[in-house]
Amino acid sequence: MAAEAQVPTIMKQGRVTPWLYVLPALFVMSIFIVYPALNTFYLSLRNIDNTDWASAACVAGEPCWGVLENYRYALTSPIMQTAFINNLTWILLMVSGTVLLGLLVAVLADRVRYESLAKAIIFLPMAISFVGAGIIWKFMYDYGSGQVQIGFLNALVKLLGGQPVSWLTTPQINNIALIVVGVWMWTGFCMTILSASIKSVPTEILEAARVDGATEWQAFQGITIPIIWPTMTVVITTMVINVLKIFDIVYVMTGGNYGTEVIANRMYSEMYKSFQTGRAAAIAVVLILVIVPAMFYNIRRFREQEATR
Amino acid sequence: MASVTFDHVSKQYGNVTAVNDLDLQIGDREFLVFVGPSGCGKSTSLRMLAGLEEISAGTIYIGEQAINGVEPKDRDIAMVFQSYALYPHMTVYENMAFALKLRRMDTAQIDRRVRRAAEILSMTELLQRKPKQLSGGQRQRVAVGRAIVREPKVFLFDEPLSNLDAKLRVQTRAEITKLHRDLGTTFIYVTHDQTEAMTMGTRIAVMKDGVLQQVDTPQNLYEKPVNIFVAGFMGSPSMNFFAAKVTAAEGRLHVEGNGFQLSIPDRFKEPLTGYVGQTVTLGIRPENIHDAALAPHHLQGSTLSARVDLTELMGNEVFLYLLLNDTPFVARVDPRTRARSGNTLAVTIDLTQLHFFNQETTRAIR
Repeated sequence: MAAEAQVPTIMKQGRVTPWLYVLPALFVMSIFIVYPALNTFYLSLRNIDNTDWASAACVAGEPCWGVLENYRYALTSPIMQTAFINNLTWILLMVSGTVLLGLLVAVLADRVRYESLAKAIIFLPMAISFVGAGIIWKFMYDYGSGQVQIGFLNALVKLLGGQPVSWLTTPQINNIALIVVGVWMWTGFCMTILSASIKSVPTEILEAARVDGATEWQAFQGITIPIIWPTMTVVITTMVINVLKIFDIVYVMTGGNYGTEVIANRMYSEMYKSFQTGRAAAIAVVLILVIVPAMFYNIRRFREQEATR
Repeated sequence: MASVTFDHVSKQYGNVTAVNDLDLQIGDREFLVFVGPSGCGKSTSLRMLAGLEEISAGTIYIGEQAINGVEPKDRDIAMVFQSYALYPHMTVYENMAFALKLRRMDTAQIDRRVRRAAEILSMTELLQRKPKQLSGGQRQRVAVGRAIVREPKVFLFDEPLSNLDAKLRVQTRAEITKLHRDLGTTFIYVTHDQTEAMTMGTRIAVMKDGVLQQVDTPQNLYEKPVNIFVAGFMGSPSMNFFAAKVTAAEGRLHVEGNGFQLSIPDRFKEPLTGYVGQTVTLGIRPENIHDAALAPHHLQGSTLSARVDLTELMGNEVFLYLLLNDTPFVARVDPRTRARSGNTLAVTIDLTQLHFFNQETTRAIR
């Protein structure tokens, strides 16, 4: 091309030069991401202490997946099936909870004078660590066998004349109780992003809808929601990824007991409590495989959104 | 179709009065243009009529019905916004059908109305496009189309041409005028552009600082402005203003200013008699100042000499920026003029076309 000929020699790059620029990043990525990932996959095929292939753990007469034996555990063991079901519950309730509440707060805060204060309060839990939040909520959910209930919720229940509930050990209730903590923490995140998106909808468009005869609700679901939909999908997928990785709240509050197990907590338990390196690695690989599609979708949506700016 | 009445309407934002005691009757099928500089309250008046702003005081009627507190959707009005405000996620068709769907009109009738509006605006081939795929002019049409399909009692336009380029603006101006003629509906139009107001309106309401200055036909507004503001606002280039002292000599009235003395035609004699010895503001439109060499023979004029500061050739005419003893003024003269920058030129002022204003009240002296 003619344009190419005009580039001064000094500005031309050979085949090697570009690689030099990306080398530091490649180096760091290789050590801290690529190598651990490959090693994790390798370990997932090995036995409990990495002395033989996983097939060595097989017992004659019982089902065995050979070298994929750890995956048989990760996919079919009762505790992991509980974890899968719980993760699914988490996704359904926490994602819908955070997104809907975040949307509600964003819309309502948009119409009040103390908007920034209201939003700051909702966002505040984001600044607390999961562990801190877990401990705070353990107090909220505290269940004492004695007469005096120091847990806020049970104190409330007693005040209203009810029987105290052991929130964190009663199956089903405890999962909901944990999810509430997650929603409490992450609603602020969804609210902030959705609020910015709602504010970007031009006022004139909403006024046009009002003149066209739309009620507040019709304008909201017919105009606002479709316009902010790309942002909503990004928020939803981001939350799905977050929830799939949920660990801290469960670890701190129930340790995964009483039927509250989740994938990430199981992985941690296998690794650092049971010292089952192979099983932990297999669970990690499964978790990655579950998250990748959500991430892929998220990145694609984000690029589409950027392209339309 | 309906008349619109502003009955002593005011709008307050805190301590700021955006519209002050607006009292105005707009007849059925009229094309009324609100015009004025930005912040004069013209858009606020329109938005109160549309139901997008609350009315602080007074009553607005559409037909016989008071519409204070009536929801925009129940006012039977349609509005075209400056930014067009098209729904970005809908096709042109859906944009136009939106209001009709909200009214639960049946699909066949919606289709009929949308296609008819598209035909009127010759944009049938655009119906399946999204707003993003349209040019500014096309978007503007869709915005108008969205109003047409409603078949409302009153059309409101809020500076709909401001975002178009100059050529398209002139073209669309004519199209909207034609639309008004064809639809036979009440049009209320807001603009800051006096040319738009002059060319489109059957009547023009000039506003300033929230106060209605004058309502009249374009011609009356131009020929008989009630005060200095209206005189200066309507017409481009603006009317020239000079401070001038009224004197009486030999049974005639004269005005004397910095570097000129003009004798006043008899028709001004009566209203100006009371001002003898006082200073008034003399207004002369640029087209009433001629190059003396090219002035019409029958002109009842008075010739004086001015220095040419700048000339602007417009093709069919020339704008002369002149100085009379350092007082700048503009003349709009025949393009054959020999005037060149720096030269001195004899100019003739048409004495039959003078305007006089009270200096204190700024009101016209008639």
